[in-house]
Amino acid sequence: MSDAKKAACLQGKGVTKVFGFGDKKTVAVDHVDFDFREGEIISIVGESGSGKTTLSKMLLGLISVSEGEVLFQGSPRDIRGGRKKKEYWKNIQAIFQDPFSSYNMFNKIDSVLLDCINMRGGKNLPYEEKFKMMSEACSFVNLEFKELTNKYPFELSGGQMQRLMIARIFLLKPKILLADEPTSMIDACSRSTILDMLLKLRDEINMTVIFITHDIGLAYYISDQVYIMEHGKFVEHGPAEDCIIHPKAEYTKRLINDVPKIYEEWDLSTV
Amino acid sequence: MGKVMLEVNNLKTKYVTRLREDVYAVDGVSLKIEEGKSLGVAGESGCGKSTLALSLMGYYFPPLHYISGDIIVDGRNISGMKPDDVRRNILGTEIAYIPQAAMNALNPTQKIIRFIEDVIHVHDPKMSDKDIYDLAKERFSILGLPAEVLQKHAVELSGGMKQRTVIAISTILSPKVLIADEPSSALDVTSQKMVIKMMRDLMDKGYIKSMIFITHELPLLYNVTDDIMVMYAGQIVEKGSAREMVFDPLNPYTKGLMGSIIVPEEGVRENKLTAIPGTPPNLKHPPKGCRFAPRCKYATPTCSGMEIPNVELPNGREYRCLMSERKIREVYENE
Amino acid sequence: MKNTLRNIFHSPKFVIGFIIFFGLLAFTLIYPFFVAADPLDMVGQGNFFKPGTYVSVQDTVDAKYYTLNIQAKSSNLGDHIEEKDKQDMRDWLLNYGEVSQEELDAADDNALVVLWLEHYDEKAKQKGLLASKKKAYVRLNKEIVKLASDADLIIAVENEDGELEESKSVDSKQYVNTKDIANQRKLVLGTDNFGRDVLTELVQATKVSLKIGLIAGTVATLIGLMLGLLSGYIGGLFDNIIIFITNLFTVIPSFVLLILITYSVGQNARGVTLIAAVIGLTSWTWTCRSVRSQVISLRNRDHVNLSKLSGHSMIRIVLTDILPYVASYVVMAFILQISSGILAEAQLSMLGLGPSTTSTATLGQMMNWATMYSAHLNGSWWAYFPVVLVITLIAFSLNLMNTGLDQVFNPQLRD
Repeated sequence: MSDAKKAACLQGKGVTKVFGFGDKKTVAVDHVDFDFREGEIISIVGESGSGKTTLSKMLLGLISVSEGEVLFQGSPRDIRGGRKKKEYWKNIQAIFQDPFSSYNMFNKIDSVLLDCINMRGGKNLPYEEKFKMMSEACSFVNLEFKELTNKYPFELSGGQMQRLMIARIFLLKPKILLADEPTSMIDACSRSTILDMLLKLRDEINMTVIFITHDIGLAYYISDQVYIMEHGKFVEHGPAEDCIIHPKAEYTKRLINDVPKIYEEWDLSTV
Repeated sequence: MGKVMLEVNNLKTKYVTRLREDVYAVDGVSLKIEEGKSLGVAGESGCGKSTLALSLMGYYFPPLHYISGDIIVDGRNISGMKPDDVRRNILGTEIAYIPQAAMNALNPTQKIIRFIEDVIHVHDPKMSDKDIYDLAKERFSILGLPAEVLQKHAVELSGGMKQRTVIAISTILSPKVLIADEPSSALDVTSQKMVIKMMRDLMDKGYIKSMIFITHELPLLYNVTDDIMVMYAGQIVEKGSAREMVFDPLNPYTKGLMGSIIVPEEGVRENKLTAIPGTPPNLKHPPKGCRFAPRCKYATPTCSGMEIPNVELPNGREYRCLMSERKIREVYENE
Repeated sequence: MKNTLRNIFHSPKFVIGFIIFFGLLAFTLIYPFFVAADPLDMVGQGNFFKPGTYVSVQDTVDAKYYTLNIQAKSSNLGDHIEEKDKQDMRDWLLNYGEVSQEELDAADDNALVVLWLEHYDEKAKQKGLLASKKKAYVRLNKEIVKLASDADLIIAVENEDGELEESKSVDSKQYVNTKDIANQRKLVLGTDNFGRDVLTELVQATKVSLKIGLIAGTVATLIGLMLGLLSGYIGGLFDNIIIFITNLFTVIPSFVLLILITYSVGQNARGVTLIAAVIGLTSWTWTCRSVRSQVISLRNRDHVNLSKLSGHSMIRIVLTDILPYVASYVVMAFILQISSGILAEAQLSMLGLGPSTTSTATLGQMMNWATMYSAHLNGSWWAYFPVVLVITLIAFSLNLMNTGLDQVFNPQLRD
C-alpha cells in the first residue's frame, strides 16, 4: 500500500508552542508540519529538550496549541469544551514514559481495566462479559488476568505495568496511540516485548502509533516513518530506511554517529 | 598476563530492608581484573549490579551488610576493613566510584578546584594549592576538559560537563580500579559519547589501571570494555570477551539479553528481537538450583534441583549452565 | 494501607508521641469517673493551698462543699464558762493584758478565750489587785486552759439514713487514725487562687483545650485543603485570586487578627467553639500553600493525564487521583494544626481573651489566673507548672507524631 492510499490521520500545519512571554519566552515547538497516515508507526526522535514531549501533549490535547493548526482525519481539530475533548480522547490515547507514575497507586488493576470498558460504553454489560473482555485484553499482552485481580499496579514490575498499559489501549481501541518513550524506563528484555506488542496493535486493529523516543536505534527498528526533531523543529523526515541509514541532515548524522554500534566500528574521535 | 588489580572471591553481601528482611543481592561473585583491562557488568535492573559496585568498594553502611568473601585490591585484602579506614586508605587511591547521578554530588556553592583540593588533601595534606592547580589543569587538558572549568561553580556547567568533571575529580589520584555504575545513562547521546571517550582516555593514558563498567546498555559495553560479565539474580551467569559475549553467547539468559540489542544499523530491522518471559526472582527468597530455570525455555527438571556449576572453558570463558558447550551450540543451531 | 499502618507503628518517634498523647487523653477521660466534683467548685476559702491531704474540721452533715476553713475554732467554748467569770476575764484583760476596749467589745466568747490564752500571764504586774483575787485568776486560768484543751473533736460517721452520727469523740491530745476521719480530701496539686482543686480543674482544662485544638485544626485543615486543591488543580486566574487571599492572610500577623476578632466578639459571646473556629479561620494559610504546591506537581503527573484522557470529570480527578496522594501530608498538617491551635488558645487566654471565664477552664486561662494572682511570685508552683507541663507534653507529643509520620511518608527523610 503506497502512502497516497493511506487515509490521513493527524496532520499539522505550522504547529507552535510558546511558553511564557516577553524576555522569558521560549519556543518549545517551532512551526512544525507533519502528516501522519493511518496504520503507520511514526517515530519522533530527538534529544531531551527538543520539544518532542511538548508536541505529544499538544497532539493529545492536554495543552493548547499556540499557533498553527492540527488536522484530525483531514478536518481541523476542534477540542474546545469538555464534551468535544472527551469525544476526541476516544480517538487518541497515550502510554507514558514512567510506568510507576502512570497509575493511580490507590486504584486496583481491575478498576483500571473496568474504567476502560466503561469509557467504551460497556457500563451496563454483565460482569461475565466484562471479565471476558478484561481477560482477553490481558492475554493480548501475555498477562494472566486471574493473577492480577485484587492487586495494585505497584505490585507489578515495570515491564508488566507497561504491558498493562497496552492492555488498556487494547480495550479502548483508539485510532491513534501516542507512546511517549514507553520503553526508556524498563529493561532491555522487557523492551522487546513492548515493541512487539505495539507492532501487533498496529497489525490487528490498524492503529496509528506515534512513537516518541530519544533512541534512534529503537526508532529505526519499529517505525515506518521517522521525524527527527531538533530544538523544536523537524530537521528531517521520511521512511525509516532513508532517514536513518542514509541520513541527509547534519543533526541526524551526528545523532547516529553518537550511538554505540555493534556491527560497525563506533568512531569515538568525532566528539 | 598482567598484574591482577582486583580479585574477588566468592563475595556475598546482603541488604536489610526496613522490615528486617534480608535481600541477598550479591551471592557468591568471583572475578579477576588484570592491569589495563576493563570489565563490563550487564544485567536487568534488580539483578544486583549496583549492589556489586557498592560491595566491591568495601564501604559497608547499613542497609548494606557484608557476609563473606574476599576483595583483594592489588594484593591487599580490604574485605574486613572498617568503613572509616576504607574511606581514608582505599577510596580515591585504590578504588574510585562513580554513581549514575554523580553530577548531582557537586556542591553548587563551591568552585570545582575546591573539590580537587579536598580530595588531594585527604591523602596528601602538605601539597600546596598551586601544585594542585597545576596538576588539575594538566589532567583536565589531557582529558579534553577546558581549564576554565576549575574556576567555575557546578551550576554553571551542563549535565554532561558536570559528569565528566566528576569523573576527572574522582580519578585525580590515579586509582587502581575505577568502578563506574551507569555513568552515562542519564545523559544525552552526545554527552554519553564524551563520557565514554573520556573513560577510554583514562584507561589508555594509564590514569586508571583497571575499570569496572556497569550498565544495562549492551551496545555501550561492547564498545567500552574488554570483557563482559552478565549477572542474574545476584550471581554471575556468564563471562567472556565482549565480542564472544555479544555474538556467541552460551548461557540462555545471556542469549536472551543479547537478542534484545537494537542499534541503528542496516539489517537490524529484519532481526527478530527475543524477549525473555517472566520476571526476575525475588532476591529475598532466591529459587533453588538454576535461578534462571523458571524463565528458561531449555530448562529441564534437573536445573532447579541442584546447584549449577560454573563451567570454565580453556580460553578463559566462564558460564553457568548444566548443558555442555557442544550441546548448547547444537540447541541454538536447531532453532 | 495495612503496610502503611505497620510502617507507622514501626517508627519509634510516632509511637512515643502516640503514647504520650493518648495517655493524656485517656487520663482526662478516666479521671472524672473517680473524682466527680465540679472542677470549678471552690473547695477552700483562701488562695493557693499547698498540695497535700486536707481534713475538714467542721463535719457538717449535708455539706455540698468541702469546706477547708481550718483557722476557725470548732466547738463553742463560751458555753462552758459562767457569765461572772467572763466579766472577770474582760476586766483583767482590759486592765493588765493590754487589750483595748474595742477589741474586747468585738470579741465573742470564743474570741475571748483566745485572747485570754494569748495575753494572760500570772507573773504579770497586777497593780491594785488583791492577792486572793490574783489567786482566783490563776484558778480561772487553769480552768480555761483545761476547757480549751479538753474540747473534744467529734468523729462523725454517716449512718444508714445518710445522717452523720457521732461514733466517738476524741480528745485533742489523742491521736486519730486518718481513716476514721469522714471528711478528708487529697488535693494532689493544691488549690488555685479561687480555692479550686488544681488537678480536677487541669483535667477539665486539658479536655477543653484539646477540643479547641481539634476544632481549630479541623477548620484550618478543611479550608486549607479545599482551597489548596482547587487553586492547585484549576490554576490560572482562580489560583491567582486564592494565592492573593492566602498571601494577605499570611502577611497580616494572624495573632493580631486573632486578638482583634476575639476582642470585637465580646466577653459574653466568647465560647469554646467560637474561639476554636476563630483560631482555625486564621491559621489555614500554610496548609493551603503546601497543599497547592503539591497539587501543582501532581497535576502534571502521568496518571492525572491518563485520567483526563479517560474522560473523567474534574471533581473525580481531584478526589480520586490527587487527594489520596496528598492525604498523608494533610494528616501530618492536621496534627500540627491541632498543636498550634492549642498553643494559640493558650496565648489568647493568657492575654485574657480566651473563652468566657465562668463556664469553663482552659489551659491558657489557668495560666492567666495564676499570673494575675502572682502565683509565680509567692512560690505557688502548683498553680502554673502542671499547666505548662501539660501544654508542653501535648505540643511535644503531637510534633513527635508528626515527625514520625513524616519519616514514614517521606522516604527521603528515612534514616
